[in-house]
Amino acid sequence: MSPTANTTRPGSTMERGRTSNRADERILMCGNEALAEAAIIAGCDAYFGYPITPQNEISAYMSRRMPEEGRVFLQSESELAAINMVFGASATGKRAMTSSSSPGISLMQEGISYLAGAELPAVVVNVMRGGPGLGNIAPSQADYFQATRGGGHGDYRTIVLGPSGVQELVDCMPLAFDLADQYRMPVMVLADGILGQMMEPIVLEQKPRRELPAKDWALTGAERRKQNIVRSLWLGEGVLEELNYKLRDRYEQIERNEVLCEQYEVEDAEIVVVAYGIAARIVCGAVDKARQEGIRVGWIRPITLWPFPMEQVGRAAEEFRIFLVVEMSNGQMLEDVKLAVAGQAPVVFYGRPGGGVPTVDEIFDKIRQSILRPKTRT
Amino acid sequence: MKTVFARTPTLKDCPTHYCPGCGHGIAHRLIAETIDELSIRGRTIGIAPVGCAVLAYDYLDVDMIEVAHGRAPAVATGMKRTNPDKIVFSYQGDGDLASIGAAEILHAGHRGEQITVIFINNAVYGMTGGQMAPTTMIDQVTATTPKGRTAAEQGYPLQVCELLATLPGTIYIERCALSSVAQVRKTKKAIKHAFELQISSAHGLSLVEVLSPCPTYWRMSPAKAMEWIDTHMTKVFPLGRLKG
Repeated sequence: MSPTANTTRPGSTMERGRTSNRADERILMCGNEALAEAAIIAGCDAYFGYPITPQNEISAYMSRRMPEEGRVFLQSESELAAINMVFGASATGKRAMTSSSSPGISLMQEGISYLAGAELPAVVVNVMRGGPGLGNIAPSQADYFQATRGGGHGDYRTIVLGPSGVQELVDCMPLAFDLADQYRMPVMVLADGILGQMMEPIVLEQKPRRELPAKDWALTGAERRKQNIVRSLWLGEGVLEELNYKLRDRYEQIERNEVLCEQYEVEDAEIVVVAYGIAARIVCGAVDKARQEGIRVGWIRPITLWPFPMEQVGRAAEEFRIFLVVEMSNGQMLEDVKLAVAGQAPVVFYGRPGGGVPTVDEIFDKIRQSILRPKTRT
Repeated sequence: MKTVFARTPTLKDCPTHYCPGCGHGIAHRLIAETIDELSIRGRTIGIAPVGCAVLAYDYLDVDMIEVAHGRAPAVATGMKRTNPDKIVFSYQGDGDLASIGAAEILHAGHRGEQITVIFINNAVYGMTGGQMAPTTMIDQVTATTPKGRTAAEQGYPLQVCELLATLPGTIYIERCALSSVAQVRKTKKAIKHAFELQISSAHGLSLVEVLSPCPTYWRMSPAKAMEWIDTHMTKVFPLGRLKG
């Protein structure tokens, strides 16, 4: 096949993709394939990726579906190349994405920092696996720090979405592309090996796009206009400082406007479990069990991990409660919960690192133990 | 009065930051002339490297992007695949292309990306202060080879054109030099041919290597540096069309 066999339709902003035939028609799909189709429906013009478990279904699916839609699929020689292919496609105004898993995402951090510096939109999916190093291929939530703290060099933020089921994963994709275009920055969808692999019935639908700014900065050839330049190098005195202030203002705007989180029975709860992603699904079961036992427990589930629902968690901490953070790591989101709680209440932790997945009973036991702690403010 | 020589419109009317006797200014001008002669300014996207030419967009009046060190061929791939009607070129130095970006250029060539690569080889890292490059000559003294490069310690100068010419995905590979007026004319012809191939949608990557002087870090006068290209560099990097 010639290198340009996969070409985009002229002005391809019109989404297509395979949606459900009716609003209530549910399709059984695994998370990796479902997010791929959702990206296509959201108008993804190009996908670039390098093989890594446990997200290989995404590129296999895209290799078949993107050409069918007249869009671009390319298997890159490395994750370094993949993120830079995204960089190139995005700079021309196209919607571009890549996906990988933890070690591959580490390699992409250089490119993610450049995307942030050059103010380019992009969607990056991380189907997390155990680490550090080559780790293992089991589900994990150990990349929370990397995802929410920037990961690459420099003073920047990445919007991070942490879905907890396949339907929410699907719903995150158009949102990720819209947020990326609106704020001109990379957006990460932080999933894990379970979410990527498990099958759930989902509805695939065309969501209306947000009202988005025109991409008048895009490199399309300087036909009857001034040259456009996409860059992240600013050597003049104070120029980069200005850019960083501009980015800071944008990040603050995102913190004000884009927080997503779900709460359940927090009102009367003596103990609030905070968890995200697949861990939150398990927490739901444990909380239901504890409620049946008469323990007053609720949960808060951040959906945006950055911006983190500081206000929502902080408000819950105004009444004295114990906070139990559950993660598939040694405690990373834990730090954000502590920041939000700001010493108003005790924060305890239960985690399973290295690919371990907590069971409902483990979390239930931890809830029961926590409730037995002396209820003092000290 | 008849104008016999004028600035080509795509080359901006401003002084450059390059050192006296540097070859980048000449190479920029050849690219600008090519773009104007082929009337492709309105559909050309250029990629600046990390290195001395990082600010190439300050001198070339086309849509341009500045990318991470060595990644230009990957960025070009993303651009060209999504915009097959555009003319995409990268402008890269020897550290950028032959060292940190070796994988990207090799695989862009291997895949036969329809892009044009202008590879400036001056046998040294310029912007960072004259360190050894993969193309540094044997015995050449640099900031990181104070006693001169030896094959035993640092290996031999890397011949990029010879390497890339072996790939079925490359369609045109030529090595030129900026050491004399005659060589500059040949370089211009090669650059123009490389762009023409892309315009005609020929299937594959074209690359022009340009042996270019760096008087500052070769510690020579500009005139001596031009001579050194002919007397030393062309012995290891022979000029001519290797493919296409």
